[in-house]
Amino acid sequence: MIGIIGRKRGMTQLFDDEGNVIPVTVIEAGPCVVTQIKTAEHDGYEAVQMAFGDCKDKALSKPELGHLHKAGIKHGKRHLAEFRGGGDLAVGDTVTVQAFSEGQSVTVTGVSKGKGFQGTVKRHNFARGPESHGSHNVRQPGSIGASAYPARVFKGMRMSGHMGSRTVTQLGVTVVRTDAENNLLLVRGAVPGATDSVVIIKGR
Amino acid sequence: MPLCAALGAVVAYPARFVPKGTPLDIIEKIERDERAKRGAEIPEFKAGDTLKVHFKVVEGTRQRTQVYQGICIKRQGAGLRETFTVRKQSFGVGVERTFPLFSPKIEKIDVLAIGDVRRAKLYYLRQKVGKQARVREKQR
Repeated sequence: MIGIIGRKRGMTQLFDDEGNVIPVTVIEAGPCVVTQIKTAEHDGYEAVQMAFGDCKDKALSKPELGHLHKAGIKHGKRHLAEFRGGGDLAVGDTVTVQAFSEGQSVTVTGVSKGKGFQGTVKRHNFARGPESHGSHNVRQPGSIGASAYPARVFKGMRMSGHMGSRTVTQLGVTVVRTDAENNLLLVRGAVPGATDSVVIIKGR
Repeated sequence: MPLCAALGAVVAYPARFVPKGTPLDIIEKIERDERAKRGAEIPEFKAGDTLKVHFKVVEGTRQRTQVYQGICIKRQGAGLRETFTVRKQSFGVGVERTFPLFSPKIEKIDVLAIGDVRRAKLYYLRQKVGKQARVREKQR
């Protein structure tokens, strides 16, 4: 069991056996087709490449389509992802949510929601300045360094800028339920990304 | 919902309206299955009604049923996430308890009286004490 590609479908809640409420994220995962096996001899590292999500053939380039045809896939697939490590998978194999079991701990990787250009208060959790007594220092970043020495701003100083829309991996996510019939994976709590965004789930 | 339902009337809780021809939303399907898990038939009630909630409590290994009686001051949320809050006076102190409407822990909900109120959220009861903290019963 290496991993699977899926699409986040939204959140809801379930009741467990004791009747407690558990928040869950619904992920429509797989079926993923193995498109390539990378080996240490040939590619320098071991990995399994999988494809997920149908699309029109004309949405892909000819080299992309050819790559899929090589694996015996007739229709276009929108998403490819690579999972490091070997395993007993062969090109053309299908991976479904049945590869996961309830209660299993997985990691979920997605692209977080874009927040645009944000100030330091939202982006880095800086404290606000005073709001009264004539202060104009409400959401200012404060000092960014000393003066004549070092006479420059150190690299990596936390400032305002673009926030979100980056790859985020959530570790230790528990699988609450798998639904092989509808290709659904229900995991506890929130996962990165907006609804309908692509997420990659890896077993640990 | 009829304005004045008979005491103890049971509502079927149909799924959210979905336009004809659209496939059922994945989330809606899951919530529909989950709603079927509920411990009791849910009677029709609204804010202002006096309720008796039979709630399962686990103490260590023992399980017993706790009865909680009071006035429903609000119903909140939609679908599977809907909750209701019951307020009562306990030894002179106001106590509010919120239950998930579809919780399997709820064994039974009895509607003891239908209240005559003009609001959906009876937060004003929090400021009232004694006789004023009552809700008039609906006259039929």
